[in-house]
Amino acid sequence: MKRRTLGLASAGLALPIAAPALAQGGPIEISFWHGLGQPLGGLLEANVTAFNASQSRFKVVPSFRGSYPETMVAAIAGFRASSAPHIVQMFEVGTGTMMAAGRAVKPLHELLAETGVRINFDDYLPAIKGYYSLSDGRMMSMPFNSSTSIMFYNKDAFRRAGLNPDQAPATWAEMRAAITRLKAAGHELPFTTAWPTWCQVEQVSALHDIALATRENGFLGLDAELTVNNPLMLRHMTALVEMGREGGFRWGGRDGAGDALFANGTAAIIHASSGGRARFVRELPGGAANMGVAMLPYYDDVAGAPKNSIIGGASFWAMNRGPNAARSADENRGIAEFYAFLAQAEVDAKWHQETGYLPVTKSSFERTRAEGFYERNPGADIPVQQLLRGGGMMTGNTRGIRLGGFVEIRVIMQEEMERALQGGQTPQQALTNTVTRGNVVLRNFERSNRT
Amino acid sequence: MSRPAPASHLFRGTALPWLLLLPQLVITGLFFFWPAGQAVWQSLLREDAFGLRSEFVGLENFADVLADPTWLASFGRTLLFSGSVAGLALVAALFLAVQADRNIRGASAFKTLLIWPYAVAPAVAAVLWLFMFHPHIGIFGRMLNAAGIAWDYKLNGDQAMLLVIVASAWKQVSYNFIFFLAGLQSIPKSVMEAAAIDGASPRYRFWTVVFPLLSPTAFFLLVVNLVYAFFDTFGVIHALTQGGPGKATETLIYRVYTDGVVNLNLGSSAAQSVILMVLVVGLTFVQFRYVERRVHY
Repeated sequence: MKRRTLGLASAGLALPIAAPALAQGGPIEISFWHGLGQPLGGLLEANVTAFNASQSRFKVVPSFRGSYPETMVAAIAGFRASSAPHIVQMFEVGTGTMMAAGRAVKPLHELLAETGVRINFDDYLPAIKGYYSLSDGRMMSMPFNSSTSIMFYNKDAFRRAGLNPDQAPATWAEMRAAITRLKAAGHELPFTTAWPTWCQVEQVSALHDIALATRENGFLGLDAELTVNNPLMLRHMTALVEMGREGGFRWGGRDGAGDALFANGTAAIIHASSGGRARFVRELPGGAANMGVAMLPYYDDVAGAPKNSIIGGASFWAMNRGPNAARSADENRGIAEFYAFLAQAEVDAKWHQETGYLPVTKSSFERTRAEGFYERNPGADIPVQQLLRGGGMMTGNTRGIRLGGFVEIRVIMQEEMERALQGGQTPQQALTNTVTRGNVVLRNFERSNRT
Repeated sequence: MSRPAPASHLFRGTALPWLLLLPQLVITGLFFFWPAGQAVWQSLLREDAFGLRSEFVGLENFADVLADPTWLASFGRTLLFSGSVAGLALVAALFLAVQADRNIRGASAFKTLLIWPYAVAPAVAAVLWLFMFHPHIGIFGRMLNAAGIAWDYKLNGDQAMLLVIVASAWKQVSYNFIFFLAGLQSIPKSVMEAAAIDGASPRYRFWTVVFPLLSPTAFFLLVVNLVYAFFDTFGVIHALTQGGPGKATETLIYRVYTDGVVNLNLGSSAAQSVILMVLVVGLTFVQFRYVERRVHY
């Protein structure tokens, strides 16, 4: 009796593990973890549904795993327990960690070579392609939802303050003047920012062609060191603290928390992800007609500024199941075909138009333009134009950031900014502390990832 | 003069005692010694996030942690936080227990209501406080700002600390209340009456008769409250401030989480857990020594 129960139990245990491998009858399941809440998550899963309907051999199973950092931690914990997903959506900040992850990930160029699936990466926007490839050009992960940070503003608030609602401030001098006007007109909250380090440190560095870290912001090796302790960042941080003291700027919280302040109409101006568009047109009082879109401001007395902004958002990484468990050829095939489906211009153009994320390929950008989308939605092409600012010639400072442990470094930057904004330390101390503490993280990462 | 070996006559052999002890030993081994052992082992390693490369580094993680000024600051902050939470929760609970111990109308209803918050999970409690004191969406947060007080615990570290202390203490008041009430009710009426007949005022009776008789309860609660503030307040901090702004509300236990789960720095996180384990073992030791000496009924 007892033995039979045990036998049954072990058969029950073995079944779900064996099922995907057999899979003669049903489709092969590809697990896909993502970190997009609503409404973006639903739009993303609609793409998955469309892929599943387009063929019968594979079935991609999407699963929402919380915020980007939570998704990253879940995937890593999954790998350690030999239950990693086939595909994980990894935000750009985790790129450095994933690149150094060795056999935990299946590099995209290997995946495509082994499965014979072809994706034309020459069609991808250089800023996006460069972010997710090795220095020799081989792709490591699949670009999908790329964004850049731009400026959104509330046209009603501009009108009430006597500002031209069709002309956003282009430089920081104009920005300060607009904030002063808004404040004088009694506006409660003229300016806030989402993703404080991305919008106010990383983008500001790139726009003015100033290094965030040595070794081309870490693209050339793990031995990079932070260099945010520079005159331009000091100038900008001082400006933020001053504006904060005068009531022109308010800290909206870490990461994406600031979005809420613009979405509910409280903040007149926000620097946020272009992917915020989907939410703002739905929630902002007055809707799309009330939403102004513009490029990020810059300091016009800095020679060579403005350069291109850098991208954010996320890409898809193929993962092995665990330290000693690689994927089967069939599973890899399913991953590659899902990627090829997403790379189609019509799929990407639709995603771009629905969400405000960038078109990742030139052909989907052309397609969107040809459809007249940008005429119907003024400002929707601002993110692409901003990426091409400076003549589209990227420098070592504008290609992006590739630092190990960057999630932690961003938290450090935010902590130090918070302490400066509450008056607990000077902007100079904030930058010095950021460099000191951030470099400890970089050295630890370099040491534990030495091959 | 020979004494019989103590208790050995109760059981023949050793099999039965071991068998009876086994369930508890298995549970302790499985849920304490095994994970604790893993933490100790992990604290001696340096590993990448995926666990693919690891290096034995001896006590280096401990040395790094103890030399890190931000960790030492967290340590000091934890002492302030725990002391404040325990103090506030004890004083408030004692006050309420003394009031509820009187002969008032509807005393049992008050008692039930006071015990209620104990059933609320820390994270849920924190969300309740968030909806009250969030600077933009909280009722009281907006009221404070409207009244001209610049309330923004997302940016003001002192306000954030105050909020997590009050929210954490509120959770613990109920627990303390039950113990204080039981302690008060076990004080013989005759003692109180004798003191009253001798002409002692209520205040004098409280400080000279009631409070000394409550001291074992108070001490037990102090230790329990300190352990609570050290280890069980993670949910409150996580839901309210996530350790910020800056590091203003980052306690030791929150830091173990941040370094391990968010920053994926497992060696350092494990070393910090081991240090915390030593601290709580020390605290328990003190409690047993002290309480056993002081208990008198």
